[in-house]
Amino acid sequence: MNKLNLNRNKIAACRNYSKIIAADLQKIIDKNTTVSVERSILRLFGVDGVDKSGLPYPNILAEKIKEAGVLQYGAANVMASTMIQNRKNFKETVSLIILGKVKPLYVADKRNKQVVNRLSEYGISRVEKARKDRAKLQAKNPTGKGPWFYLIVATGNIYEDVKQARSAALNGANCIAVIRSTAQSLMDYVPYGATTTGFGGTYATQENFRIMRKALDEISVKLGRYIYLVNYCSGLCMCEIAAMGAMERLDMMLNDSMYGIIFRDINMYRTFIDQHFSRMINTQAGIIINTGEDNYLTTADAVKQAHTVLASEFINERLAKNAGMPEKLMGLGHAFEINPDIKNSFLLELAQAQMVREIFPESPIKYMPPTKHITGDIFKAHVIDSMFNLASVATNQSIHLLGILTEGIHTPFIQDRYLSIESAKYVMNAAKDMSTEVTFRKNGLIQKRANEVLDKALKMLGKIKKEGLLNALEQGCFADIKRPRKGGKGFEGVIAKAKEYTNPFEERWSLLK
Amino acid sequence: MSKMIKPYGDKLNDGMVQLSFTLPVKADLAEEAAKNIALKMGLADPHTVYHKDIGEGFTFVIVYGKCTHSVDVSKLKVTKVVEEWMGLDEVNEFVKKNIKRKVVVVGACIESDAHTVGIDAILNMKGFSGDYGFERYSAFKVYNMGAQIVTQQNIHLHNLTKLIDMIESEELRDKFLVIVGGPSINNKFAKELGYDAGFGKGTLPSHVATYAVKKVLSRMGKVKSKRKQC
Repeated sequence: MNKLNLNRNKIAACRNYSKIIAADLQKIIDKNTTVSVERSILRLFGVDGVDKSGLPYPNILAEKIKEAGVLQYGAANVMASTMIQNRKNFKETVSLIILGKVKPLYVADKRNKQVVNRLSEYGISRVEKARKDRAKLQAKNPTGKGPWFYLIVATGNIYEDVKQARSAALNGANCIAVIRSTAQSLMDYVPYGATTTGFGGTYATQENFRIMRKALDEISVKLGRYIYLVNYCSGLCMCEIAAMGAMERLDMMLNDSMYGIIFRDINMYRTFIDQHFSRMINTQAGIIINTGEDNYLTTADAVKQAHTVLASEFINERLAKNAGMPEKLMGLGHAFEINPDIKNSFLLELAQAQMVREIFPESPIKYMPPTKHITGDIFKAHVIDSMFNLASVATNQSIHLLGILTEGIHTPFIQDRYLSIESAKYVMNAAKDMSTEVTFRKNGLIQKRANEVLDKALKMLGKIKKEGLLNALEQGCFADIKRPRKGGKGFEGVIAKAKEYTNPFEERWSLLK
Repeated sequence: MSKMIKPYGDKLNDGMVQLSFTLPVKADLAEEAAKNIALKMGLADPHTVYHKDIGEGFTFVIVYGKCTHSVDVSKLKVTKVVEEWMGLDEVNEFVKKNIKRKVVVVGACIESDAHTVGIDAILNMKGFSGDYGFERYSAFKVYNMGAQIVTQQNIHLHNLTKLIDMIESEELRDKFLVIVGGPSINNKFAKELGYDAGFGKGTLPSHVATYAVKKVLSRMGKVKSKRKQC
């Protein structure tokens, strides 16, 4: 497909720059671990539950290991060593450490490796089972060709969310995203249990995952159409949520390599290390990630800053590749956010959407609806959303997050979702084969615009390659937001690995690449 | 003199309104149920023009009816933050001439609120919808503290009251102009909570700037504010 007459050499050059940018970063990632990575390993060993004050056991364990000064060997090695030296099984060791009766320790011992491998069987087999279960369900209940309708539920009560999700699925939704409680990304632990009183959403907890999974499985079988479950694997607990989602068979996770740094002021070292392991887990679980480039355009201008979206997509693609992720799992993100008052705004949107489609042909591209220029005029919003639907089907997008006419007023009511699906169904049926029927005029407005964005992205990546990504983030290259490299939340949770460090999942899964 | 008004469809005082809502009943009951709800809302001659089963025992309806109530607009009080907005250059000029120093602006999301989009739209250099943010004004010295806190609990509206209480208990209330903003904020509500002003959806940086500099000046006692704040 080359409807835009894009310069293939420039695309290759962008990929080449991104490879160099990511390689620089990989050196830092390989040398360090984080408290969140270690807690994920503990979760994949089967550690779950909270104490009386609601503090999760993985947090208590990781904290005790850190206090004992042995976290640099990795939680896996420490748990194995402590078990061997005290001659206790895993469960006993976990509760003895939590109660403060046994101090976590590390002793170099040949037997460690064997115990570590045995402990990791729990997570490995659960993730594998989830992947196989999904494949079986999907074979019987095919989702069909995209654009897949992606809808959100956000009542703050997981049981109410279930009702809204089932209604949305009945009306035609393919993906249900359960919106997270406000600011969970800034919490350095994952809450426990079912949420019934969340603010702006429910917490990403393993129990909430299970409740929604069960409901969507039932409706998938009823409709003969597999419904994707989406949640957020971002913030300070990015890789722990990945581990929980992998075990509970989520299908998609919002998972960006830079979003937390830019929009949540989370430390950049912490984020880059965490995103790497989270993407390894997602890869193994067959979970499609959604990257967050759309967010750039909610603050920066969608015409002037379109190239930053493309540049970030190249970086996200490369970092995902470095974690072993295949392109078919990389739901790279972008958005329909150009000011509707601009002349030919729709043509500019078409150019950008087609450009992303052509540059990343194997990726399930995630297309986000207009939000920034939606004013509260629900009738106009419905019309703009219809234009967005047209752009999506005309450029063959994969994951289509439906625009909602009441955007910015409240989280969607049940009828808002219905109206939104009705519009999308109509538009996408009416223009079904537009992407293969319509071509663009040579050197016309659309072709020129796409090539201009590519040119600028190449220039930007060249600059980042020269200066390094960490410097670029310090200078505010993305979304005009500057972040100091040692600033932000969670930096204290970054630990340099000892020579003896081990992460059994990383070792096992990178062998499978 | 009183002036009574009603919603307008195509004739003065016809009272025509359109409603759309969902009822937790199946479609067979929905049409009649919707009509009865509309009657209780004070709508005469309600018509359910459309209803659709949207699954899980819910039905979406669109209803038209004639509003039987009216309001006397001559008795209404409308709160406006300022009479006329100034642009960036005017604000800068106003401060240079009248206040003769930079106005210091500290912005932040309070407590566990991590949504910095709004505060960024007003304060960041780039601004919002073509209207430059405070950082671009020579009149302001801006500290944007963004989101502050690693949250342990949910946000509640009482955060807003709490902030005012804290400022008051430190006896600092008179030293600051305290402004709140967000999609569900309006000026009246903000004032009830003890803020100087509140800005809702569609606010541009220059709106906040105009209000801030005028109010700072009136606080400094150099000029009495022309308009009384209601």
